[in-house]
Amino acid sequence: MSGRARSVEGASPVAGPALSAAAAAYRRRTHRKQAVLAFIATVLLGTVLLDLATGPARYSLGEIIPALVGADGAAPEIRAILWNIRLPTALMAVTVGAALAVAGAQMQTILANPMASPFTLGISGAAGFGASLALAFGFAILPAFVDYMVPLNALLMALLAAGIIHVFSLQRGATTERIVLLGIALVFSFNAFLTLVQFLASEQAVAAVVFWTMGSLSRVTWPKLGVCIVMLALVLPVFMRRAWSLTTLRLGEDRAASLGIDVRRLKLETMALVALLASVPVAFVGTIGFIGLVGPHIARLLIGEDQRFFLPASALCGALLLSSSSILSKTLVPGTLLPVGIVTAIIGVPFFLALILRDARRG
Amino acid sequence: MSAGVSLQLINVGVSYGRHKVVDGVSTSAIASGAVVALLGPNGAGKSTLLKRIAGLLTGPGRVDIVGAKREEIGYLPQHHASPAGVTVYESVILAVKRNGAWSVSAAELTQVDATLDMLGITGLAPRELEDLSGGQRQMVAIAQTLVREPRVLLMDEPTSALDLHRQLEVLGVIRDLAQTRGVIVLVSLHDVNLALRFASHAMVMARGQIVASGRSLDVISAQMMQAVFHVEARIELCSRGRPHMIIDGMKEP
Repeated sequence: MSGRARSVEGASPVAGPALSAAAAAYRRRTHRKQAVLAFIATVLLGTVLLDLATGPARYSLGEIIPALVGADGAAPEIRAILWNIRLPTALMAVTVGAALAVAGAQMQTILANPMASPFTLGISGAAGFGASLALAFGFAILPAFVDYMVPLNALLMALLAAGIIHVFSLQRGATTERIVLLGIALVFSFNAFLTLVQFLASEQAVAAVVFWTMGSLSRVTWPKLGVCIVMLALVLPVFMRRAWSLTTLRLGEDRAASLGIDVRRLKLETMALVALLASVPVAFVGTIGFIGLVGPHIARLLIGEDQRFFLPASALCGALLLSSSSILSKTLVPGTLLPVGIVTAIIGVPFFLALILRDARRG
Repeated sequence: MSAGVSLQLINVGVSYGRHKVVDGVSTSAIASGAVVALLGPNGAGKSTLLKRIAGLLTGPGRVDIVGAKREEIGYLPQHHASPAGVTVYESVILAVKRNGAWSVSAAELTQVDATLDMLGITGLAPRELEDLSGGQRQMVAIAQTLVREPRVLLMDEPTSALDLHRQLEVLGVIRDLAQTRGVIVLVSLHDVNLALRFASHAMVMARGQIVASGRSLDVISAQMMQAVFHVEARIELCSRGRPHMIIDGMKEP
C-alpha cells in the first residue's frame, strides 16, 4: 500500500484525503466522546462546589467562590472552614473516587471480569487489614519506614492480595465465576483478620479502627491529600501510555498476543499499579466500597472501552460518585455526618446485584 | 512488490508438560505467494504449530523466516475477540496502531477503510462487537489480522463460522494477497475441497507430526483421506473439470 497520506488528526481537513463515511463516523464518535468527558467534568465541578457548600453550616455559592479565590470581601471564618476542612475533604473525595474507579476499571480489563474491583476481590480488605495492624498495634511490616507504616502496610497487604488474584488468574480454568469466588474468600479472610485485630487491640484503638473501616472523609488533611494526588498523578500517565494495549487486551488474550502485546507483563504491571491505586486511599480514608465497581461501569456505558477515553471517564465517574456520596453523607441524616463508606454501599450493593442478575440471564 | 519472503521449519516442537503436541516438524522452504493448507484431524497439533510459528509458544527447533519482520507476521487465533465495548471500526484501529501515539492518523484510517472494503464488511463499521454474530466476529478478526499488512499470514480455521459465500470470499481475498503481494499463507482448514480450490500446497498433520506435504493436488488424495481421516473418499473431476473430494463414508473397521 504505497502513497500513504501524511496528514494527522487535527490537521486541516483540506490537506488530507477525503475520509470514507466509516472513517468520518469514527471521527464524529471520537469527538462525541470528548464532549461526554467535558460534560462529566463540568458536572463534577458542580458537585465539588455543592460539596463545599454543604455541612453543618450551609453556604451559598456566592459566599464560597470569593472565599476560594481569596477575594477581599470574603468572610474570614468561611475562608477558614473552606481551606482547612471542606476543601481538602472535597478534593480527597475526587482523588480517592478517581483512584478507586481507575483501579476497578483496570481490574475489570485485565481479568476480563465485570464484577472485579478492589473492594469485591479483597484488595481493599487486604489493605485495610495491613493498615489496621499499624493503627492498632503500631506494627510496621517494613520497620525502616515506621513514619509511613499505615500506608505502607496497606500497600504491602494489597500487593499480596493482588498477587494472589494474579497468580490465580493465570491458571487454566480461571473463569470469571472462580475469580469472583476467590475474591469472596479473600474478602472473608481479611475481614476475619481485621476482626481479630479489633479483638486484640485496646479499646481506644478499636474505636479508631472501627471508625476507619467504615470509610470516612472526615479526617482528611492537606498532606494526606497531597500523597494521594501524587500517587494518582504518577499512575494515571502510565496507564494512559498503555491505552491502546489495554484496550486490545479486552479483545482477548490470544488476540492481544497475536497483535504483539506482551500480555503477561502487561497484566502483572497493571495489577501492581492497581494495588497501589487501591491501597493508598484505604490508608487515609478507610475502605470505601463499590466506587471501583460502579464508576467504570457508568463510564463504559457512556463512552465504551477505548481506553483513551474510558480511563479518564472512569476516573471522572468515580470522582463524581464519591463527591456525590460525600454530599449525601452530610445530608441524608440531618445534623449527622455518616461515614461515606455506608453511603457508597447503599448505592453499590443494588448495582452489584443487578450485574449478577444480568450475567445470570446472559449465561 | 518487494523482495520475497520465505518460511522454513526445522525440527520444530512444542510440549505441554510431558505431552509433545508438535514433534519434530520440518518443511522445505516455503516461498512467497504460496498458500499452504494445513490439514489434519482434531488434536493433530495444527493450532499449536501455528502459534509456535507466530512466536506465541516456545519449544525446540527453529522457525526461519526471511524477509519479514516480527510485526509482519500476522496470526489469526482460532478463538475470536471477546465482546469488548468497542465498535468494529475501533477494533480494527486497535490492530493497526503500532506506535504509542494517541491520535489516529489519516493514513491509519485509510488502511482500516481499505481492509474493511477488501473483506466487504464496511457496513459493519459502526456496529458494536457485542452485537455481532459469530461469523461477523470472525470477519472482524480477519480484518484485524489483514490490516497490519502481514507478509507471513498464519490463520487458524478462518472459515469455521462463515457461511458459504463468506468462505469463498475470505479465501479468495487471501489467495489474491498471496498472488499479488507475495504473502506466504499458512491456513488450517477442515474442508479439503476448500483446500483443493484455494491452496497451492498442503501439509497434513497427525499426532503432532507432518505426514504428507507438497502440492495440494498431490497431497490431497483418497489414500491420504483414508489413512489420516479414516474416511472412504475419492477425487473426481466435475463437469467443469475441477477436482472434488467426495466423501463416501466412514472407513470400514
